[in-house]
Amino acid sequence: MAQGSASFTAGFSWALARDLTLAWRHPDEAMLTLAFFALVASLFPLAIGAEPQLLARIGSGVVWVAALLAAFLALPGLFAADHADGSLEQMALSPHPMVGWSSGKMAAHWIVSGLPVTALSPLIGLQYGLTPDTLAVLAFALALGTPVLSLLGGACAALVLGARGGGMLLALLALPLFVPVLVFGAGAAEAQASGVTPAAHLSLLGAALLASIVLVPWAVGAALRIALD
Amino acid sequence: MSARLEVRDLSSRRGDARLFTNLAFEVAAGTALSVCGPNGSGKTTLLRCVAGLAHADAGEIRWRGHRVDPRDASWRADVAWSGHLAAIKDDLSAEENLAFALRLRGAAAARPQLQEALERAGLGARMRLAARRLSAGQRRRIGLARLALDPATLWVLDEPLTALDDEGQELMKSLLSRHLDEGGVAIVATHQPLGLDAARSPELRLA
Repeated sequence: MAQGSASFTAGFSWALARDLTLAWRHPDEAMLTLAFFALVASLFPLAIGAEPQLLARIGSGVVWVAALLAAFLALPGLFAADHADGSLEQMALSPHPMVGWSSGKMAAHWIVSGLPVTALSPLIGLQYGLTPDTLAVLAFALALGTPVLSLLGGACAALVLGARGGGMLLALLALPLFVPVLVFGAGAAEAQASGVTPAAHLSLLGAALLASIVLVPWAVGAALRIALD
Repeated sequence: MSARLEVRDLSSRRGDARLFTNLAFEVAAGTALSVCGPNGSGKTTLLRCVAGLAHADAGEIRWRGHRVDPRDASWRADVAWSGHLAAIKDDLSAEENLAFALRLRGAAAARPQLQEALERAGLGARMRLAARRLSAGQRRRIGLARLALDPATLWVLDEPLTALDDEGQELMKSLLSRHLDEGGVAIVATHQPLGLDAARSPELRLA
């Protein structure tokens, strides 16, 4: 029987390579996410006034909210595009396990949205007058938290696949799920700024990341199976 | 175990409409079952059930003597599906589309092999063009090149001749004929004759 090279890693690297190639063909979409992130974060000082103490106080929270919204921006198309052109059927019928290629797709989503946002965050934080220590903790917390956003968001995107008004439904489903990540993520930088160790927040974020890496792909697989039937 | 598809007592309904009940048939190695019937008679649903994309309400599907389990990777490697949707990415070239499609099937091919298949599918001059610049028929032809290189034994094809010109249809028929000569099995939903002799292409008519 034709077994070929079917495995978790083969499926993962296939989806990662394909989605990154597709993203590379349209760099404007990734740039749009990044521009959105920078823009949202820059609107707050304009609205509430440029008082240095106030800005330093809200800086990390604003960066986190902007990062969360930016992560959401590319979510609706994560599985819907492949569903619409028939690619998802072919993936479901490929010998590779579903958890492999769906993890690959979510990893690609993070590399295109979460990673650039994390890389840009110290610059945005600087605008708010955050101290170097706080900036470092902020970036580290984002590095731990944004993959969780991509994973949880991916599960929601798979769940609303094929539902009418999927985009709105996705927002209602995903944004509340993002709340714990937001609380611990923003809390880490907050703790650092007020002189407490951020270790507890960061550990919780790390635990959330590990748990979602292990659990979310199974949920995505189950949701995709329902969407295809 | 020789290639053989058996369907027993298969029933499916969509909402209140009963598409087919207690459907039973067998397709042996070297034959292609053509499924015909009016629009809405359940051809696509039957094919999706066979491929494991949809769930039948009752009945069972057996392949090589075993009950089909969509979670079994070796079964999925043995079945090639071609549906209404061509699964072509607009931003990739014909060659990239084919390369990714075959890697997904666990059958990565070297570049000369890909180019030869595309040339045979009549896309030789256009293999580097983004697929968005190709016509519907040319996009179908990428699918033909994929089938030609797919190692699967069971082909499940839903209206494989649509959007293809005469030459493209001949190409599809010759691919199918070669697949059957090699001992393959096919189940094809179609409104047109497949150009095979009657012994090799039994017909199933859905009402």
